[in-house]
Amino acid sequence: MVNNIGKTTVRTIDELGYLFVLLIESLGWLFTGKYRNQPVRLRHIFQEIMSIGVKSVPIACILCFSVGMMLAIQGLETLKPYGAQSQVISGIALSVTREFSALIIAIMVAGRSGSAITARIGTMQESQEVDALRVMGIDPVRYLAAPLFVAMLISLPCLTILGDLLGMLGGAVYSSFELNLSIPIYMQRSFDVLSVYDVMQGLIKSLIFAVIIVLVAVSNGFEVQGGAEGVGKATTRSVVMSISLVVIADMIFTYFLAR
Amino acid sequence: MAKSSLPIINVENLVTHYGDTEILKGIDFSVNKGEVMVVMGGSGSGKSTLLRYLLGLNVPTSGRVCLLGKDITKMDANEMHVMRKNIGVAFQGGALFGSMTVAENIQLPLYEHTRLDKNTMQIMTGMKLEVVNLAGFENLMPSQLSGGMIKRAALARAIIMDPKLLFFDEPSAGLDPVVSAELDELILRLRDAMNMTIVVVTHELESAFKIADRITILDRGKILMCGTVDEVRNSDKERVHNLLNRKPRTDTVNVDEYLQRLTGHGI
Repeated sequence: MVNNIGKTTVRTIDELGYLFVLLIESLGWLFTGKYRNQPVRLRHIFQEIMSIGVKSVPIACILCFSVGMMLAIQGLETLKPYGAQSQVISGIALSVTREFSALIIAIMVAGRSGSAITARIGTMQESQEVDALRVMGIDPVRYLAAPLFVAMLISLPCLTILGDLLGMLGGAVYSSFELNLSIPIYMQRSFDVLSVYDVMQGLIKSLIFAVIIVLVAVSNGFEVQGGAEGVGKATTRSVVMSISLVVIADMIFTYFLAR
Repeated sequence: MAKSSLPIINVENLVTHYGDTEILKGIDFSVNKGEVMVVMGGSGSGKSTLLRYLLGLNVPTSGRVCLLGKDITKMDANEMHVMRKNIGVAFQGGALFGSMTVAENIQLPLYEHTRLDKNTMQIMTGMKLEVVNLAGFENLMPSQLSGGMIKRAALARAIIMDPKLLFFDEPSAGLDPVVSAELDELILRLRDAMNMTIVVVTHELESAFKIADRITILDRGKILMCGTVDEVRNSDKERVHNLLNRKPRTDTVNVDEYLQRLTGHGI
């Protein structure tokens, strides 16, 4: 029992150390790669932005719209006994920008791109493609991980802003019937309630989520062992781990940012 | 048939571990410039492991691995980066990148290490594809190629930078005799035409005898023997004989050791 706890602790610290090294190495390549004749290619960054960001726009819109509408339904029902239905506008505006948009987007991207990244790198690891990169003098972290960091750090905040708008729009569509407000007026009121800091809270979180998702996805990919089954296990582990860490990190950062 | 006696690969007392298990138990190994060295051995003899350490993919427990006169175990990342431009590797499964076409795969080292313009790269790719008899397959994806074609494409990628040293892992594994004979010819042509030093890891006897200038036979993490084709053929060592004549191992079982292995501790 004690033995197991010890082993798990050592393994966890080991893994955290690896994640940290991966982060430092990726940042190192981003800033110094050019001078070491191994630049991080813009082309790769844009490719990743396409697959992580642009291609997930539709699903991001649908999810955030639904969350906004769900909040409106809940909010209106809860506030009805107090006759405070109009407060739902600020409630949705604040909760979506500060919290839900960043969180929902991060969970969606972790499930969609995080698993894909782990599966891709894991398969490459299994078929010796990662070794092939290394013997060609191409650092796998520079070639595979660094572009993902940049792409994720750009995509996630952009998707979060989009999510903010769609979330409020979702609230607006439902509330406009219930409160007899036109959608433009609802949106105007939402914008009046919001301060820059509210939006910033969501954006800061989305940057942190971006780092978590890439680190977890890439590290699980590089550590794949045991063929196709290993890739499957790593992919599952990657998704579960990154979503859990995103939610836990959200709680921690909300504590610091919202108070 | 060694072209010169200058060792271009020199391994001294290489000891490596996988976890707690000792895999290579003090290997001394050298390859001269311009020769084809075949590393042979049965499964689990450590030949693939030796290749990984020659390529600098793993860090050994102790010992020296010198390529082109420099010890790669003591190199920093930048020196290793320069060294790797002189090395070509064709992996067993090809290790072509599935998301790129054959041409893009072959051009990747050029793209990453040189500033040549696209046309020059395409001409060079075409030339290497001609060398490996794959002209016309530039735009196919690796998944559309057969096993033999993948190996040849991997070889084209390995030689695109005109390396001084070429490593080839199991060129004949999983191929039909005709294709594997073609690959053997190709290896000899590369040695003669481009004066490459080539290390081939294989367990195919026929292919080994055909292409080798010298053969190193590994057995259970140690070098069993190293010599020319004739020396290996005429060797009187029993284990070499067994390997050449495909005899099963007939070791006598040491009862104490056997029991210790089964129970996991001493008795």
